[in-house]
Amino acid sequence: MISFSPTEEQQMIVTMVKQFANDEMRKIYRECDESGEIPSRIIDTAWGLGLVSTSIPEEHGGLGGEHSAITGALIAEELAWGDLSMTMHILCPALVVYPVLEMGTEEQKKKYLPAFCGDKFKTATAALIEPRFGFDPYSLSTTATLKDGSYVLKGEKCYVPLAADADVLLVYAAEKGKSQGFIVEKGIKGLEIGEREKNMGIKALATYEVSLKGCNIPKENRLGGDKGCDFERIMDCSRVALSAMAVGVARAAYEYSRDYAKERVAFGEPIASRQAIAFMLAEMAIEVDASRLVNWEAAWKLDKKETATKEASLAKTYCDDMVLMVTDRAVQILGGHGYIREHPVELWLRNGRGFVTFDGMATV
Amino acid sequence: MIDFELTPEQKEAIAAAHKIAEEMLRPISRYYDEHEDESPKELIDKMWEGRREGGLMAGLDMAAALRTEEMFWGDAGLTLALPSPGLGGAAIFATGTPEQLQRFLGNYNEGGPKWGAMAMTETSCGSDTAAIQATAVLDGNEWVINGEKIFITSGKRAMEDSPGLVVVWATVDKSAGRAGMKSFVVPAGTPGAKVEKKEKKLGIRASDTVTIVFDNCRIPFENILGSPEVRKIDKTGTAGFKKAMATFDATRPFIAAQALGVGRAALDFVREALEKEGVKIRYGLPRNKLTALERDFMEMESNYKAAKLLTLRSFSLMSQMLPNSLEASMAKAKAGLAVTKITQKAVEIMGPLGYSRKLLLEKWMRDGKINDIFEGTGQINMLVVARRILDFSRDQLK
Ligand SMILES: Cc1cc2nc3c(=O)[nH]c(=O)nc-3n(C[C@H](O)[C@H](O)[C@H](O)COP(=O)(O)OP(=O)(O)OC[C@H]3O[C@@H](n4cnc5c(N)ncnc54)[C@H](O)[C@@H]3O)c2cc1C
Repeated sequence: MISFSPTEEQQMIVTMVKQFANDEMRKIYRECDESGEIPSRIIDTAWGLGLVSTSIPEEHGGLGGEHSAITGALIAEELAWGDLSMTMHILCPALVVYPVLEMGTEEQKKKYLPAFCGDKFKTATAALIEPRFGFDPYSLSTTATLKDGSYVLKGEKCYVPLAADADVLLVYAAEKGKSQGFIVEKGIKGLEIGEREKNMGIKALATYEVSLKGCNIPKENRLGGDKGCDFERIMDCSRVALSAMAVGVARAAYEYSRDYAKERVAFGEPIASRQAIAFMLAEMAIEVDASRLVNWEAAWKLDKKETATKEASLAKTYCDDMVLMVTDRAVQILGGHGYIREHPVELWLRNGRGFVTFDGMATV
Repeated sequence: MIDFELTPEQKEAIAAAHKIAEEMLRPISRYYDEHEDESPKELIDKMWEGRREGGLMAGLDMAAALRTEEMFWGDAGLTLALPSPGLGGAAIFATGTPEQLQRFLGNYNEGGPKWGAMAMTETSCGSDTAAIQATAVLDGNEWVINGEKIFITSGKRAMEDSPGLVVVWATVDKSAGRAGMKSFVVPAGTPGAKVEKKEKKLGIRASDTVTIVFDNCRIPFENILGSPEVRKIDKTGTAGFKKAMATFDATRPFIAAQALGVGRAALDFVREALEKEGVKIRYGLPRNKLTALERDFMEMESNYKAAKLLTLRSFSLMSQMLPNSLEASMAKAKAGLAVTKITQKAVEIMGPLGYSRKLLLEKWMRDGKINDIFEGTGQINMLVVARRILDFSRDQLK
């Protein structure tokens, strides 16, 4: 039956995450953006909330909680409202955990999942994007070739979050023209982590270029073994996660500029008393809500284990446009003050513009 | 639990309405667009026999939204012309007492086809509903109504073609401003209520839009809608006006659902036409790999989805009897704009075929536009949203 109300359990999680975002992330996000660093304290605190680990089955050391894309979207929105860089950092291990959980072989689950059940943040990541114009996840330049019983990985990746610290990387590569996932462990020969990237936004998130210069990995490390993985679904889960984050960033910008517009006086009245400003805000409010609902529908399809490519990619393009529109207007509503780094809106605009580029950098 | 699954009953409601839309509305859609002075009698009679589909009396729940969308997918003008208490019914629902509901609509289903209408707009005021000039004066135990109302949907069918009714908004005290605004039921045949000009319109031509002149029109005292409290006139109480606004909370989601129907008609048509030409929309590709056509289509489709979900949310709240003013205006603003953009783009995409009256696309563009105008223009709904999110009064945000 059509319903727009999260379950009680989901509401509890949302309340918890909201509080964390407000009390912890919002206190330091500017410092982090300027310094490019996130204190490990906050990452460990977030990890302690069990946002990723709870859905690992008991037999692999987890709590065996339900793994739901809708819950994931709710969490991602709240965290991203706090700060996008931190969100992508905190949720980064999910890039390995969830695909292994959903599509890995029993051996892969046994081997990799228990490490993510501890109290301490355990770094893992995925490498999808490639540094070239016209990047297309369905025709990757990075290749995986089976040779003498092991896979040889060759190619260049970029926007790989936390690559320098990751113990495990899930690398996506074209195998006979089809995109598949390969589990690569730290320190393997031919795996080179490049310099930390410098981007317009998400400056506190450490991302890297990664080169695979003929990395030899065991055949068993192909995600899902002989069956392989459902790459389409992996992309759709990523789209839903990123869309939810876009909603979170946009909501932050909308709320901030709304409150500002009520306070800021020009020509004897709060600027919000003018329709030029009030209508921008109304449209922002409508689009933030609409985007969230469109994305929920995609997440709901994923939870039903149905193909959600259409829904998820519509949600993603819609949210990509929405977050740019909303964050840009937030800067506009603050005027010159919006351009100054004392206010957060310029940061949200920089982060918001990234979503069209982000692909496979988060998952639900 | 967040859920988008239709219930079996909802699926049935959609299927039944779709069948009517496809088999009964589409085939005569063009004809009644081009012959606006003729009435689709056969359709009206058949639908009256069925009496379940279309119209506001069909409930305020999710199924009603879905049914409305399907019917408007078939044809907007014809569906608006179907016998129904219409906006008059909505006003009685929202502002009347249970006794009045029973008295005015209790035997609605008996006899021949009947229509209801609602008259708020006047020549000098549309959006600014609080500025209406029509008056109601108490004389003994009768109200005497004077004034001229324009743009009344189904006004002719309600007052001339059937024993229907019109709900009229008038002021009982001009100096009281909004506090003086009340609504009254004027049954068809009441002396002094006369249908005049029938408008010629851009679209929804099968639906009649008329002027009604009230010239010393006398109705019984009991025909003022609302509780005794509402009937009281004091300069501070704006209960009457608030009730008018409450009507909108129920009608705006319907207008949004109507918009969705017209928008989806255009979307479905373009998708099928493209498929016939061998063009398939490739979802999931990176943006810079998509053609401009695919990007346009995906934008139309996601806007439709966004509007639809906002609309269903406003219905979801309404059916749970929860406040929905904000959500109703959000849905109406979004859907009115979405249908406008979708249908206009569809005409563009199909080129000479889109513009031609051989196909229905150009008609849908003309029909769709009304949803961004009546029951509060796009701007007025943005104003409602803005006031709510800012927590501003009408004086703080004009
Ligand atoms: C086909 C049709 C059917 C209709 N059916 C009915 C009916 O059944 N009953 C009924 O009572 N009415 C009906 N109407 C009237 C309709 O509701 C009004 O036309 C509508 O509300 C707009 O009013 P207006 O035409 O006077 O425009 P105006 O109020 O003059 O508005 C003109 C423009 O100014 C904008 N505007 C006005 N005020 C503001 C503001 N404060 N801030 C920003 N912008 C503003 C409007 O958005 C619009 O763009 C119908 C109209 C049509 C065309």
